Amino acid sequence: MAKITASVYTSHVPAIGAALDLGKSSEPYWKKVFDGYEFSKTWLKENKPDVIFLVFNDHATSFSLDMIPTFAIGTAAEFEPADEGWGPRPVPKVIGHPRLAAHIAQSVIQQDFDLTIVNKMDVDHGLTVPLSLMCGQPQAWPCPVIPFAVNVVQYPVPSGARCFALGQAIRRAVESYDEPLKVQIWGTGGMSHQLQGARAGLINAAWDNAFLDRLIADPKGLSTMPHIEYVREAGSEGIELVMWLIARGAMADIARGPPPKVVHRFFHVPASNTAVGHLILDNAA
Amino acid sequence: MSLEKPYLDVPGTTIFDADQSRQGYWLNQFCMSLMKAENRARFKVNERAYLDEWKMTEEQKQAVLARDLNHCIALGGNIYFLSKIGATDGRSFQQMAGSMTGMTEEEYRDMMVKGGRSVEGNRYLGEDGDAQPHRQPQGAAGRTKGA
Repeated sequence: MAKITASVYTSHVPAIGAALDLGKSSEPYWKKVFDGYEFSKTWLKENKPDVIFLVFNDHATSFSLDMIPTFAIGTAAEFEPADEGWGPRPVPKVIGHPRLAAHIAQSVIQQDFDLTIVNKMDVDHGLTVPLSLMCGQPQAWPCPVIPFAVNVVQYPVPSGARCFALGQAIRRAVESYDEPLKVQIWGTGGMSHQLQGARAGLINAAWDNAFLDRLIADPKGLSTMPHIEYVREAGSEGIELVMWLIARGAMADIARGPPPKVVHRFFHVPASNTAVGHLILDNAA
Repeated sequence: MSLEKPYLDVPGTTIFDADQSRQGYWLNQFCMSLMKAENRARFKVNERAYLDEWKMTEEQKQAVLARDLNHCIALGGNIYFLSKIGATDGRSFQQMAGSMTGMTEEEYRDMMVKGGRSVEGNRYLGEDGDAQPHRQPQGAAGRTKGA
């Protein structure tokens, strides 16, 4: 039986990827960001999963206005880094896990979550920046990755409660898989940021830190927070944080297991327009 | 019954909902076309001719030519789509976001390094924060306004 061993949460700011790709990671501005992930890189090496289930959002890259799936699971054998207009990031191609992905799709759909199944999808910074932050600049990513894209671009986006319940369904799906795989689930995006209008540049560090506190200790309560509070308090693009609730919902304590161990927590302002938040929660064995 | 929109009272903020998306459909799809290198090249050679290949309104085309991102958003554009124009111009997300505040690039960058824009006074229309309509444009441009 496969199991969820840990969850990782991180912002996925595109400028972080650009800083790394352009060799700027030791500049003082960026070093403060990357230093927060030094521990995490070592932790990931020592706790290497067999598969990463990576929750992210596509930023008008693979999904234009042609098609806007609310929840889309990548079931392909591989996924190319996308050209988002600046040219593709010079990072390894993402190797999928078609068999586990298809199993999760079937199980989660049978649990009444109507996922879209995607066999062709380039992956943008939402997926590759978290991998870069956690793995550095390897020749190949350390394990297969199942991309799971959530629509947080065009409203209506899914509610926090729906995301939290989906995480629980994903946990059940993983646990019903017949191979003994160690699976990590990552939730990405956020934290507070706004990229548009006269309110661009909004940061709310107090709100972000309260979000981290509640994500650890009171995820169920947090999941009932309405979208308007994310927008008002954390900026229009802060809505990405609903994706963190998918990963949190997949942890053992939500299924009456022991509470997770907080292995690492980091918060920094700014990376470009954005507050960077990062958390690693380990499922007690 | 029309859709509930509890987000209309947030200053300096446009939520990309179904109505915005419908209004901005061709504007945003034009932006998507710039994800291909050959289209970026064609756009750069003659912006007006390239825009005329799309079923955009004249006002949308003028907003793109002027690189007025606030105007583009008012006409249904979404920042993740509009960022493809910025990428074509070689501009970062920070430059694009900053351009919508009236601040210079340096002023905006300094604001971010100092911890970003405060939410105080910027939660609801009618408060007195720096993102409120009566305080635009921001930065030096605002201080010299009307001078």
